[in-house]
Amino acid sequence: MDVFSVATNREVYLTGFLWILKLTLAGGVGAVVLGVLLAGMRVSPVPVLRAFGTAWVNIFRNTPLTLIVFFCYFGLFSTLGLSYADDIDLNNFWLGVTGLAVYTAAFVCEAIRSGINTVPAGQAEAARAIGMTFRQTLTMIVLPQAGRAVIAPLGSIIIALCKNATIVGTIGLMESSNAMKQLINENGDAVIPIFLVFAGTFAIVLIPTGYAFGWLANRLAVKR
Amino acid sequence: MSTDAVLYDHPGPRARARNRILTVVFGVLLLALLFFIYRKFDEKGQWAAALWKPFIQWSTWSEYILPGLLHTLEAAVVAAALSLVFGVIFAVGRLSDHWWVRLPAGVVVEFFRAVPLLLMMFFIFFGIPFITEQPMSIFWAVVIGLTLYNGSVLAEAFRAGVRAVPNGQSEAAYAIGMRKGQVMSQILIPQAARAMLPVIVSQLVVLVKDTALGYIIAYNELLQLGVNNVAANFGNIVQAAIVAAVIYIIVNSLLTSFAGWLSRRTRRSGKAPRAAGPAPVVGAAEPGGGA
Repeated sequence: MDVFSVATNREVYLTGFLWILKLTLAGGVGAVVLGVLLAGMRVSPVPVLRAFGTAWVNIFRNTPLTLIVFFCYFGLFSTLGLSYADDIDLNNFWLGVTGLAVYTAAFVCEAIRSGINTVPAGQAEAARAIGMTFRQTLTMIVLPQAGRAVIAPLGSIIIALCKNATIVGTIGLMESSNAMKQLINENGDAVIPIFLVFAGTFAIVLIPTGYAFGWLANRLAVKR
Repeated sequence: MSTDAVLYDHPGPRARARNRILTVVFGVLLLALLFFIYRKFDEKGQWAAALWKPFIQWSTWSEYILPGLLHTLEAAVVAAALSLVFGVIFAVGRLSDHWWVRLPAGVVVEFFRAVPLLLMMFFIFFGIPFITEQPMSIFWAVVIGLTLYNGSVLAEAFRAGVRAVPNGQSEAAYAIGMRKGQVMSQILIPQAARAMLPVIVSQLVVLVKDTALGYIIAYNELLQLGVNNVAANFGNIVQAAIVAAVIYIIVNSLLTSFAGWLSRRTRRSGKAPRAAGPAPVVGAAEPGGGA
């Protein structure tokens, strides 16, 4: 483990995972907000909204994230001139967040939609019977119950988002996978410890997170 | 609950008027957005015929896009076959009665599911050569990475499927004198595979998308040849990316509708075991290791 006793190497490792953490948080918030909006659109009475939601899901769910992130950089930034910040790293970070959020939102939308499907029809019918509007039915009756059914799939989506954050390395951010590549190239004699530390960090954080989401989903499950 | 028309009443005159207004307002906003994108493209000269023309020339397709697509599919097919084998072996391993089989299988599956695929590929492609002192084949780096990750995910799917098979099935098999291995291979796995078909196919969609990670380690797949190399020759990166995205979308939509067809077929035959309790939330496949 002498690789990580060198201060600069530790620095590389820490910055790498700090980027992953930031990407996960910003991308997660963006994806959930967008995803809920899209799910609302997909079940709404307005055909244009429904079509928009469906198109979004079909386009982004079937395109590789690598291509989306690549497009965010070369398309949105280089060609079309969309720029978030003057700092290169910060700009790449927000371009990456855009790609992650746009891509993950499609999955969040689908998870919420299947969550809505687990709510018995009687719930929405009862809500309508007492005169609630579409918005009231959705936000006060259906979504709160669907939310509980969605925790487990949402958990795996967030975990996947965290792993997917490594792909932002494609556009030059020194996140964990690029950091690992750099350390491997500089320390060819310690390849296995380097890999175990990087992979282990992901495993140690993500495996318990997965179990925590499972536990939470069980606890909050609607007993029917 | 089927989502359509349960959440809202049959629209009356006022609701119809409101829906029409919303349709118009949102439609106008959408058109404005599209127009904005169009103008942005126009400003940067992205509609220039020279940038789009390569895509109606056969040489672009035969030299870049089709070979790229072929390499993508090659890696995907090999990795899919290997992941299915990996998945079955480790699912059976995790269900074993012996702790010394169950435990390592569990550790392997949990570990590879938690490690980002890109990190794995970097290790295989850049790290392993330092150990073996031989260059790593780029194709196998991509395939092995894909297999370890997707195989682990499939192992969990098979395991969930086996557990969803009603107890009576294995009890009946034991009762007619089958051995453990026979019960697993002839009774449980076939039913589990059938019940989990939609999950398995959506994981294969993830796998196809994940081959794009090969681009990052310079495997000659669709993104590398069809976008990077085309753009290097014609300076049309935006256009090339759009064309490549459309190809991915078509391939994956075909796979998805194939999955839908398969699950309708198995449901109709009535032989697939029904999962106990409320229907599991299927279709919420993970967004890839990823992709």
